[in-house]
Amino acid sequence: MAAEREPPPLGDGKPTDFEELEDGEDLFTSTVSTLESSPSSPEPTGLAEDISTNSNGPKPAEVVLDDDREDLFAEATEEVSLDSPEREPILSSEPSPAVTPVTPTTLIAPRIESKSLSAPVIFDRSREEIEEEANGDVFDIEIGVSDPEKVGDGMNAYMAYRVTTKTSLSMFSKSEFSVKRRFSDFLGLHSKLASKYLHVGYIVPPAPEKSIVGMTKVKVGKEDSSSTEFVEKRRAALERYLQRTVKHPTLLQDPDLRQFLESSELPRAVNTQALSGAGILRMVNKAADAVNKMTIKMNESDAWFEEKQQQFENLDQQLRKLHASVEALVCHRKELSANTAAFAKSAAMLGNSEDHTALSRALSQLAEVEEKIDQLHQEQAFADFYMFSELLSDYIRLIAAVKGVFDHRMKCWQKWEDAQITLLKKRETEAKMMVANKPDKIQQAKNEIREWEAKVQQGERDFEQISKTIRKEVGRFEAKRVKDFKTVIIKYLESLVQTQQQGQDLVTRY
Amino acid sequence: MPSSTAVDLHGDSSLQVEISDAVSERDKVKFTVQTKSCLPHFAQTEFSVVRQHEEFIWLHDAYVENEEYAGLIIPPAPPRPDFEASREKLQKLGEGDSSITREEFAKMKQELEAEYLAIFKKTVAMHEVFLQRLAAHPTLRRDHNFFVFLEYGQDLSVRGKNRKELLGGFLRNIVKSADEALITGMSGLKEVDDFFEHERTFLLEYHTRIRDACLRADRVMHSHKCLADDYIPISAALSSLGTQEVNQLKTSFLKLAELFERLRKLEGRMASDEDLKLSDMLRYYMRDSQAAKDLLYRRLRALADYENANKALDKARTRNREVRTAESHQQLCCQRFERLSDSAKQELMDFKSRRVSSFRKNLIELAELELKHAKASTLLLRNTLVALKGEP
Repeated sequence: MAAEREPPPLGDGKPTDFEELEDGEDLFTSTVSTLESSPSSPEPTGLAEDISTNSNGPKPAEVVLDDDREDLFAEATEEVSLDSPEREPILSSEPSPAVTPVTPTTLIAPRIESKSLSAPVIFDRSREEIEEEANGDVFDIEIGVSDPEKVGDGMNAYMAYRVTTKTSLSMFSKSEFSVKRRFSDFLGLHSKLASKYLHVGYIVPPAPEKSIVGMTKVKVGKEDSSSTEFVEKRRAALERYLQRTVKHPTLLQDPDLRQFLESSELPRAVNTQALSGAGILRMVNKAADAVNKMTIKMNESDAWFEEKQQQFENLDQQLRKLHASVEALVCHRKELSANTAAFAKSAAMLGNSEDHTALSRALSQLAEVEEKIDQLHQEQAFADFYMFSELLSDYIRLIAAVKGVFDHRMKCWQKWEDAQITLLKKRETEAKMMVANKPDKIQQAKNEIREWEAKVQQGERDFEQISKTIRKEVGRFEAKRVKDFKTVIIKYLESLVQTQQQGQDLVTRY
Repeated sequence: MPSSTAVDLHGDSSLQVEISDAVSERDKVKFTVQTKSCLPHFAQTEFSVVRQHEEFIWLHDAYVENEEYAGLIIPPAPPRPDFEASREKLQKLGEGDSSITREEFAKMKQELEAEYLAIFKKTVAMHEVFLQRLAAHPTLRRDHNFFVFLEYGQDLSVRGKNRKELLGGFLRNIVKSADEALITGMSGLKEVDDFFEHERTFLLEYHTRIRDACLRADRVMHSHKCLADDYIPISAALSSLGTQEVNQLKTSFLKLAELFERLRKLEGRMASDEDLKLSDMLRYYMRDSQAAKDLLYRRLRALADYENANKALDKARTRNREVRTAESHQQLCCQRFERLSDSAKQELMDFKSRRVSSFRKNLIELAELELKHAKASTLLLRNTLVALKGEP
C-alpha cells in the first residue's frame, strides 16, 4: 500500500521520502516517517499547524483539507484507526472488547497525545463531509471474499480468506486493495460493531455462525466434497455479510470496519472463540437477557412499534417455514441429480449390451443426455441453495438482530423508568428531610435529586434517540429487504429458465 | 396407458380382448374382461366376465406348466395390484401435521389421490396387455384354459396360492436355477446352434442390466416426484407471506406462489411421464426377458434330455438291452428338442423386434413429452419474470 501512495502535488521533498517507503513496510510506520522526516513539506505542516492551533476552529483544517483532500483524509483515516483503541471510550459507553493494541501504535505513541485532541476534530469533520457526500446516492464500494486458503496444520489450522475492496469513496486511501482475513476476524469485527451500535438502535448485520463440526473437518484435512462445500458456503456467507455491513451508511464510517478492510495485520480477536471466557460470559448474558425480556412489561405508547414488532414476529415465523421447505427442495434436487447419474450409467450399459445397433445407439445417447441433465440438476440445486435458501437464512438472522434492537429499546425504556422511580424516591427523601429539618441531609438529598433528574433526562433522551434511530433503521431495513428479495427472486427464476432451456436443447438434439 | 405399448397387434380382429372396467374394493381389484370375437368356438360374439388377479395368475401358470408351449415365450404375468405404499401415505397425511395449512393439506391429498389413481390405471393396463398378447399369439390364443378364462361366467374358484404352494413355487425356482447351472456345466453338452449361443449370452447380460436400469429409473422418478411435492409447502409459505406483506413484495410473493404451484403440476407430470414411458417399459421388458430366459432354459433342458437319451441309447445298444425303448425315448427327445429349437428361434426373433419397436416408440414419446413440458415451464417462468420485473 505504501508503494502506491502518490506524492501530493505540494512539496518537492516528498518523492524521496516516499521512495524510501517501499512495500513490505508497515503503513503506519510509513505515515510516521513521512510526518517526521519532512517537516518542511506543506502537508505535514498543515497537520502540524492544525495540531498546534489546536482548537483553532474549522478554518485551517478546512484549508488544508480542500487542497489535498484525498491524502489528508487517508492520513487522517490512518491516524484515526490507530487511535481507535483509545478512541473507543469516546464512541461507546461500554469498554471496548479486549483488543491487543496494534503494534504501530506504540511507535506513534509519542505523537498520539498531541494528535488525539485534534483528531476528533478532523474525524468529525470528515465524517460529516463523508455523510454529505455519501448520503442519498449509491454506495460505491464493492467487496469480494475469495481464495480460501488453508493456513497451518492440524488443530491450529484455519482458513484465510482474501477480502478485496473496490471503491471510489474518498475515505479510503486507495481504490482497490485486499487483505487476508480469517473467520475469527470477521466475528471480532461483528462483536466490535455490535457493542458500539446495537444498543443505540442500529441494526448491525449478524455474522455467519460458527460451525465447530465443519471447521474441524477442514482442519483435519479431509479433502472431500462436503468440506469444500462447507468452505464455499462460508465464503459466500462472509461475502454477503461484508456487503451488507458496508451498505449501512453509519457502519461504513466506523474505523474498525475500515481497519478490517484495509490493514494488513489485525489483532487476533481471541474472545470470539467458542470456549473462551468471553464466550461463556456471552452465553450468561444471553440467558439473563431472556429472563429480563419476560419480566419487563413495557407500556407501548407508540403503536408503530407494536405493529412493527408483531410484523417481524410473523415474518420470522414464515421465513423459517419457507426456509425449511426450500432446504427440502435442495435436498431432493440433489437426490434427483444423483439418481439421474446412476440411471445414465445403467442406460449406457444397457445400450452396450443391446444387439440392435440403432437401438443401442439410441440408448447410449439417452445415457449421455441423462448425464448432462444430471449435471444441470446439480447446478440448479446449487443455485437454489445459494440464492434462495441462504438469503432466507440470512434474513432470519437479520430479523433476530432487529428483534435484539427492539429489546435494547425496551431495556433503555426500563432504565428510564427506573431512573424516574428513583428520582421520585429521592424527592420523597428530600421532603422527609425537610420535615425532619436536617440541613446537611437536605443538601445531600438535593444533590441526589439533581443527579437523578439528570439521569431521567438522559434516559428520556436516550429513549427518544433510540426510538428515532430504530424507526429510521427499520425503514431502511424494509426497503433493503424488498430490494434484496426481488433481486434474488428474479435471479432465481432466471436460473430456472436457463436450466429448462438447456434441458430442452439437450432433449431436442437427442 | 395405451395397450399397444408392448404388444404388436397383428391387425387380426378375430379375437379382441380388453378390460373395459375395473373396480377397486378393499383388498382386491375386480376386472371386467370383455371379449369380441367371431371365432366359432365361442357361444356369443361379445361377452364379458369379471376376473380377479389370482385368476390371471392361474391362467399364466397353466400356460407355463403346459408342455406344449414349452417352446414359446409365455407372456409374463401381470404384477399384483399394490396400493400399499399409497394407502400408507394417505393415512399418514390424515394423521398429519397441524402445521400445514388447509390448502396445503387439500393439495397434498389431491396429489395422493392422483397417485392412487395412476397406480390403479397402471395395474389395469398390465392385466390388459397380458391378455392381449395371449390373444395375439397364434398358438397361445387357442388354449382351452384361455377360452375358459374369457368365457366362463362363474368364478373360476381359483384361490390365491397358499403358503405351501408359494413355498413350493419358490423351491421350484431354486431347483430350476440349480438345474440350469448343472446343465450348462455338463461336459459334452455343446451348443450346436450359434444363434442360441449368442442369444443366451445376450439375454443373460441384458436381463441383469435392464433390471438395474429399471430400478434406477424408478428411483429417478421417485425423487422427481418428491421434488414436485416439495413445491407445495413452498407455494403455501409464499402465499401466506404474500398476504402478510404490505409493500411491493406482496404481489411478487403471490405471483411466485402461483408460479410454484403451476411448476409443481408440470414437474409432477414430467415425473409421471418418465414413469410411464421409461420405467414401465423397462420393467415390462425385464419380465419379458425373464420369460425369454425361461424359454431358453426349457430348450436347454430338452437338449440335455436329448443328450442323455443318446447316451442311454448307446449304452443300451452296447448292452443290447431295451434298445427299442431307448430308441423311442431318444426319438422323442430329439423331436422335442428340435421342435423347441425351431419355435424358440421364432419367438426370440419376435421378442427382439417387439422390443426394438417398443423401445423406439416409448423413447421418442418420452423425449417429445419432456420437450413439451420444458417449453411450458420455460414459458411460465418467463411470463412470471416479465410480470415481476415490470413492477416498480
